[in-house]
Amino acid sequence: MGIAAFAKDGRVVLGDRPGAVAVAAVAGFLLLDLVAKLAGTTVFFLGAKLLGGSLTVGSLLSMVVDGLLVGLAVGLAGIGLSMTYSILDFANFAHGDTVTAGAFLGWVAAYIAAGLGTGAPVAELFMLNSGRQLSTVTTFLPVLLGLVVAGVGSVGVVLLVDRLTYRPMRDADNISLLIASIGVALALRYLIAFLFGTQTSGVASGGLRVTVLSTVSVTDNEITLLVVSLLLMLGVHLLLQRTKLGKAMRAMADNEDLARVTGIPTERVIRLTWILGGSLAGIGGYLLVLESGTISFNFGWILLLLIFAAVIVGGIGSIYGAMAGGILIGLVDSLALIWLPSGLTRASAFLVLIVVLLLRPSGIFGGVSTA
Amino acid sequence: MSAVDSVRDRLDALPDVGLVVGFIAGIWTIMLLLAIAVGGAEWTNLAVGFIGSVTVLMGGYAILALALNLQWGYTGLFNIGIAGFMAVGAYTTAILTAPTDPAAGAVPGLGLPLWVGLIGGMVMAAIIGGLAALPALRLKADYLAIVTVAFSEIIRLVVNWDGLAEFSLFGLPVGTGGATGISFKSANEVASGFINGIGQPLVTAAESVGVSGPNLANLTYGLMLLGVMGASYWVLARITNSPFGRVLKAIREDETVTQSLGKDTRLFKIKTFMIGCALMGLAGVLFRGQAGYVSPQQFRPTITFYVFAALILGGSGSNTGSILGAATFSGLLFYLPARLGENISFGGTRAPGNIVDAVAGLASLDPLPLLAYTVGNVSTLRFVLIGVVLIYIIQNQPDGLLGHRNEPATSVSLDRSQAGPGGETDE
Repeated sequence: MGIAAFAKDGRVVLGDRPGAVAVAAVAGFLLLDLVAKLAGTTVFFLGAKLLGGSLTVGSLLSMVVDGLLVGLAVGLAGIGLSMTYSILDFANFAHGDTVTAGAFLGWVAAYIAAGLGTGAPVAELFMLNSGRQLSTVTTFLPVLLGLVVAGVGSVGVVLLVDRLTYRPMRDADNISLLIASIGVALALRYLIAFLFGTQTSGVASGGLRVTVLSTVSVTDNEITLLVVSLLLMLGVHLLLQRTKLGKAMRAMADNEDLARVTGIPTERVIRLTWILGGSLAGIGGYLLVLESGTISFNFGWILLLLIFAAVIVGGIGSIYGAMAGGILIGLVDSLALIWLPSGLTRASAFLVLIVVLLLRPSGIFGGVSTA
Repeated sequence: MSAVDSVRDRLDALPDVGLVVGFIAGIWTIMLLLAIAVGGAEWTNLAVGFIGSVTVLMGGYAILALALNLQWGYTGLFNIGIAGFMAVGAYTTAILTAPTDPAAGAVPGLGLPLWVGLIGGMVMAAIIGGLAALPALRLKADYLAIVTVAFSEIIRLVVNWDGLAEFSLFGLPVGTGGATGISFKSANEVASGFINGIGQPLVTAAESVGVSGPNLANLTYGLMLLGVMGASYWVLARITNSPFGRVLKAIREDETVTQSLGKDTRLFKIKTFMIGCALMGLAGVLFRGQAGYVSPQQFRPTITFYVFAALILGGSGSNTGSILGAATFSGLLFYLPARLGENISFGGTRAPGNIVDAVAGLASLDPLPLLAYTVGNVSTLRFVLIGVVLIYIIQNQPDGLLGHRNEPATSVSLDRSQAGPGGETDE
């Protein structure tokens, strides 16, 4: 192939996919800038600072760790959203509040378990405001109990919601279901506010600090998040690949009518989808609170758009996509600080969401459904 | 025939304007009765206060619901970025009209007259709406929803960013004020100008029966908003009954058919989106910026969902339904429960501080603490109610309370039941 043909190919790519080329150009520039910043050099062009600056490897690494941790929890929560999106075919705006519900149930259980016998009044424990800070090392059993309760409790919540709201409207179009989920989100969020109040409570802080790679320090709670979410993701992988249920779920995500014709009990698969997705959402929320230390009635709602970003970047319906998308969005949210002021980092994650939806609606991994 | 149907038939018999006026008068009456019931000697002042606040809410939500109805009800554009477009309109107006020599600590603006600011805000909201619509309209409805809500959050985060709190525009110092917001010349000054000018005799008369000046000004502002709502309704009715509007309804029914009839549906959708966004921008400044001050906290996505609740309540696709839905939502679901909760007391029982103490009363068979706690937190519980109503309506009355007024896409009625006897029967 001659140079002319190659150049023509290049022009075709440029003409066909100007968006992708622009994204590649921006990514390339940012990468170049990152290298310059790490090297500590600054490049000026026409008197204005073009790229570069300074950034230590240590702070880069701690940003990566922060992004990874948030991203794992977001990815965990995103699995449920992605599954309901592909199997029930609607964007569930109540998913963020499922995260909150699971987190509250888990933390109340953990708090009461840790507080029993200390003489603290039950009302204060229930309201999460006795001021006690839990950590995996100092209060291992209560934290473990809370984790289980978060998973089981959020399953109860989603099954109840499905029974009351979505099941009577299985045949409705996806916009009606979306609107119903907005109603569920409002009801759930303010029910939580009614029960637990609207204040932000500090409930967890690391009991042990470990320094890894000589510059990055992580707490025991952060390690718990890392280990538990990786184990759960592995579990989901085995479930999908090795069990009949997993096969049925993948079949339903691909083509629901065909699945039904093949004899797959769709209603049962839907219930199991809610159970799996709901428990992962609750656990994801619980772990995020363990990592961040604070909980409030609307933290899941605020997180929802980030979870959507993860699911869409990974490709709707793809469970591995949701995991990878979560990590990617977590990293974008945290690493954007290198190039953007701190007030705008969250906006960059949403921008990634919009760009992916516009340029590649099937997700960056090419929309491989549930496999 | 069920009771609902008979009520519906009676509502159908009313002309649209009569229906709206009757509905608003009904909500005012409820507020008046509430004020008489709880106000004691000061009931007049309380009544004007209640009615003023509820009118502002009704006007604001009605304008927003009308704008959303144009986008969603007529063209099927599922825009859940309303808060963002409101913010664009409100901030543009604020930046254009804020004084050039502000008080200490405040952000300067361009000091232009209010009408310039309002037009500027609408134009800017339309432009930003057009820019957002241009690529997004290719998307499926639920993707468009996610893109618009993400877009509105980006707008909120950008105006919240302290980097834009104060900057220089062609050498003139302007800014968004960052998280603290920006003060500007609001339409409220027009209302209070009226009250203190030609409306002075009215104020004197009102004060003689115990109504305070601020309450009267608030009511005046609410009535002004209702006026803007009426004007918007008129404009939208003109648009939707024009050939342009028929194309919009055709797009909603079946976009492919419309395209095959030679209509450039993309262009129609973008124009519609822009008109709707302009109206949202206007509502953003008139409704949220009533006090002459806007801040990023006023433009959280929740307000978008309230507008959706209002529109779905009334029935999307109908302009009259939008207004009735907004009145029902803001009057009966949003405002009334909060006022009721404030004014109901349980003898000597004080509301417990948390749910555990409230439930503890049940152990000794005393339901009063729980009841008092519930009533005391009714301003939280009303959102649960709104959510439940939203679910109920989408399950049982997907057309809304008045959605069956859905204007058909044709210019002549195709409804056989109205064709009278003698028509062919369906097999």
